[in-house]
Order: sequence, then structure tokens, then C-alpha cells
Amino acid sequence: MKFAVAFVSGLVFALGLGIGGMLLPQKVLGFLDVLGAWDPALVGVMGGGIAVMAVAWRVFARLPRPLCESRVCVPDRNRPVDARLVLGAVIFGVGWGLGGYCPGPSIVSLVTLAPPVLVHAASMAVGVVAYHLVWRVAEAAKAASSDAAVADG
Amino acid sequence: MDLSIFVGPLVGGLLVGVASALMLLGLGRIAGISGIFAGALWPAGGSDDDRRIDLSFLAGLLAGGLVLLWAMPSAFPTEWPRSLPMMAAAGFLVGFGTRLGCGCTSGHGVCGVSRLAPRSIVATVTFVATGMITVTLVRVLGGAA
Repeated sequence: MKFAVAFVSGLVFALGLGIGGMLLPQKVLGFLDVLGAWDPALVGVMGGGIAVMAVAWRVFARLPRPLCESRVCVPDRNRPVDARLVLGAVIFGVGWGLGGYCPGPSIVSLVTLAPPVLVHAASMAVGVVAYHLVWRVAEAAKAASSDAAVADG
Repeated sequence: MDLSIFVGPLVGGLLVGVASALMLLGLGRIAGISGIFAGALWPAGGSDDDRRIDLSFLAGLLAGGLVLLWAMPSAFPTEWPRSLPMMAAAGFLVGFGTRLGCGCTSGHGVCGVSRLAPRSIVATVTFVATGMITVTLVRVLGGAA
């Protein structure tokens, strides 16, 4: 049941992206081109999504638990803003403005087997793996330097 | 302004919202696509069930893509404004940046902003702003290289 819910959610999500125009990089770039021939239409996608979800969060607050799952896996709303978050968003935005695809549309468009999408999605996977490798090295370096500090002390 | 240009995007957005609500109310999860993609690709501490849910959602995305290909082929482009090297760079930055920033247009932009989470509002304003700056720079500096 859980997997069916996730599958249907993914399917409806993809239809929404397609009907909304988010699978057209030219349209996405037109939306981001505020100083050029700005096409504001895609405001509607985020607006529609936010409107439904604003209601869903209120309903969610009244549920004793999720309907098909025993535990909740939602991040704390009030986690602090940090430099990592902002830097990540800066980098993501540059990538979005370069290619016109955010992650969802890139994955959905894989079905076309068009080379630009295959290249984009494969590079996105490389970026995810690169992040995890860098993070692992950074954690190891942090552990090593705290060991060194203990040794020095 | 001709308001009819907003109809398709708004209908699409409502569907995106319904899909996200299904994840939240059904499974107690955020429909954050960058996180789901990364979870399927590089499971970091999740259970087998977590991974299966990620994979099921991704399978749903692809199934939806196939439905669109059949029922609404105009949802997909026939040409791209950017060269392949630019698409490669773009994909890498999207993958890396969304992991560093813990989310993308779906997780922060829709799910987070709709609960007024400060992190998501800051992230969304930031990535929309740098996206706008990037598009402007590419246009001014001459194009689709």
C-alpha cells in the first residue's frame, strides 16, 4: 500500500509538471528572464502547489498519524537557516538558470530519451554522488583534525 | 495581461499540490524530488522501506512521463535552448546544490514554503534569484554557447 501511494503520488506529480509547462526549459528560462521577455505564467505552478499544500499541512496537524504509515518523516519546521543551505540554493539556482530543468522535470523527461535530458539527468546523478563523496571526506577531515587537537592537548 | 496563460500552470500546480499532499497525509513524508532521487541513488541511513518508497515515487514520475508522452506530447520540447556541455554543467550544479541545500523546487518551493518554514523561504528566494541572475547573464554574455 505504501509503495502504491508513493507511485501514484509520483505519477500525479509528473502529470502536474507536464500540464503546468515545467517540462519546457524554454518556458522555465522565460520565467526566470525577468529583465528580458518575462513570461510570468509558471508562477501558477508554484502558486497552485502551495495553495493545496497549505491546506494539507493543516489537515496533517490534526491527524494522529499518517494514513498509511506508522511514523512521520518530516523535517523540523524551525531548523535554523545556515550558510550551507544558502550556498546550496545559490548553486542550485545557477544550475536551474543554465539548463532550465530542476530535478523533477529532468527525471520525468527521461522518458523522451532526448540527449539533452539524458546528459542533464546523468550529470545530476554525478552531482549527488559528488556531494556525498565530498561530505564524506569533509567528515573524515573533521574527525582527523579533532583527533589531532586531542593529541596536541 | 491575458490571464488565460495562467490556467495550464495553475491546473498543473494544483496537481503537484495533490501529489505532495498524498505523500504528506498518506506517508508522512515530504515530496522533495531531489531528496527522493538522492535517496534512491545513495541511501544514507534510510531503511530498506525508505529506499523502496523513493524508488516507487521515481517509478511513478517515469510512468507519468510515459502517460504524457502518449496523451500530451506537447508537454515536452522538441528543441533545447542550451548546448550539451551547458546541460552537463547545469545538471551537475542542480544535483550538488540541491544536496548541499537540502532541497529543490518541490521540497523547499512547494512543501516548505506552504508551511512557512524559514529555511525553505530563504532557499526558494535564493535559488529563484540566482536562477534569474544566471539567465540574464547567459543572455547578455551571448547566448547559448
